[in-house]
Amino acid sequence: MLEQIAVFVENKAGRLCDIMQALHESGVNLRALNIADTADFGIVRLIADNTTLAQDTLRKEGFAVKVSRVIGVSVPDKSGELLSVIRSFEANGVNIEYSYSLLAGKNGVADIVLSTSDNDKAKALLTETGVNIISPGDLL
Amino acid sequence: MSQTANYYMPEIECAPRHELTALQSMHLSKQVRRVYENVPPYREKMTAAGITPDDIKTVADLRKLPFTTKQDLRDNYPYGMFAVPLENVVRIHASSGTTGKQTVVGYSRADIDIWAECAARALVEVGGSVHDIVHVSYGYGLFTGGLGMHYGAEKLGAVTIPASAGNSLRQLEMFRDFGSTIVCMTPSYAVSLIELMAEQGFTKADMKLKAGVFGAEPWSEEMRRQIEDGLGLKAYDIYGLSELCGPSVSCECQAQAGMHVCEDHFIPEVIDPDTLMPLPPGETGELVFTCVTKEALPLIRYRTRDVASLNYEKCSCGRTLVRMMKPQGRTDDMLIIRGVNVFPSQIESALIGVDGGATNYFLVVDRVNNLDTLEIQVEMREDLLSDSVKSVEQYKQRVKSAIDSAVGVGVTVKLVEPKTLQRSMGKAVRVLDKRDIKNRFGS
Repeated sequence: MLEQIAVFVENKAGRLCDIMQALHESGVNLRALNIADTADFGIVRLIADNTTLAQDTLRKEGFAVKVSRVIGVSVPDKSGELLSVIRSFEANGVNIEYSYSLLAGKNGVADIVLSTSDNDKAKALLTETGVNIISPGDLL
Repeated sequence: MSQTANYYMPEIECAPRHELTALQSMHLSKQVRRVYENVPPYREKMTAAGITPDDIKTVADLRKLPFTTKQDLRDNYPYGMFAVPLENVVRIHASSGTTGKQTVVGYSRADIDIWAECAARALVEVGGSVHDIVHVSYGYGLFTGGLGMHYGAEKLGAVTIPASAGNSLRQLEMFRDFGSTIVCMTPSYAVSLIELMAEQGFTKADMKLKAGVFGAEPWSEEMRRQIEDGLGLKAYDIYGLSELCGPSVSCECQAQAGMHVCEDHFIPEVIDPDTLMPLPPGETGELVFTCVTKEALPLIRYRTRDVASLNYEKCSCGRTLVRMMKPQGRTDDMLIIRGVNVFPSQIESALIGVDGGATNYFLVVDRVNNLDTLEIQVEMREDLLSDSVKSVEQYKQRVKSAIDSAVGVGVTVKLVEPKTLQRSMGKAVRVLDKRDIKNRFGS
């Protein structure tokens, strides 16, 4: 599974820029970025090439951060491929809570990040159906 | 009791100063002896100050007496400061307190009569008489507003409508159908009724309102003009605090140039809140009242924490009763939000109760469309952060519910990033009040 860093940010100008600047200065490279926002705050979700360094960097800048595990899947970049993954989750009572794409997909595949109601079960289902699961090493 | 068109009790309201002082002195010396004999906390304080009732003969001796504070009422909760046995108490009112304990005020039958008399004076000050229909939209209950003005209107002999607050459309229908001529309510409720009038197609021509008595919360001159224009009446300011008797400790007359204090019952002083020394007439400081006629809870030199000044000049209305200018602020951190007393410490203890932990907070008070708003900025706790927006939203909701129920008024919660709120050494500055309510008298 992949490690994701959630960062709490107020909805005010320049905060995403601050995050990016700090990570850049530490030499962290991002593999994925997703922002969930509400009226007054947002949660920035990051997948970095070095989770520990990214986390320490952001804490030092005063951000509240939380590391959690999410699943990365590589599916053929064709219509219906993600559907079959989701269908198997659906049939087995696993709900997707949110999903976003990795920044740079390889040729011919789509790299997707999923957070589900039961990540272990989801991973087993994916393995069973032969869906390629992305490991942290794949991101380096 | 004499009653002319302009005054409810002219023999008091227009009395020469030396007569008032003599009356106050007589009541004061008796009152001090009563509390010394009947209220242990007072006796202890006076003993500690090295004085006995014999030292208090006139108003000039007032300054020898120790002060009483809200903390004394809390320490002696609920009945420890009462000067009469409970069998002589006929009514209890209470206001919200900081740590769940309310400030409890008892009234004897005579206290209720005096309060009604003060409220009747207030209604006459604003032009009321037996020919009026007085519509009371203050809340009825432990809050003193509703019942206070109700008894005053009945004492005056006006038609009294105990509408209480809420059910706003019905309030407007009653104004129109019952022909209400004087309303008593909070200024913010008046503004919300004005907005409803526009929505529901009511105009001030549908109503017969001529005067309104507005209090229980700070309001500006601008709001006064808005209310006068919107309801088609003259808007008067009334002052009171539940520890004394609620509304009608003082009220404006038709000159609208300060609120005449019922000083035959409540002797006002203005002190320097730092040195605690009395200030000369006209200077601004903390208002202190001594209840010289109350039986059940006769507060002596009670520090109101309200900042105001006193004007002893005879008023153009003919009254000689001293006028207090509208309070310009507080010497403590109490906030008045839509008429409800809110202390930051209440919010702090509510916050500590949420998910077992403290967090830094900051309060922003504002007035949006003439309604008070209270925003609580709370620093997000990393231990409660999650990758899920929903769970952070739920934390925010738990904070809001805890604070709403602790302070009794709806608040907005805003989560902010950690370590972004102002911290200071010693007493933290935790409030920003953006309401401009100081320029009420253009000074």
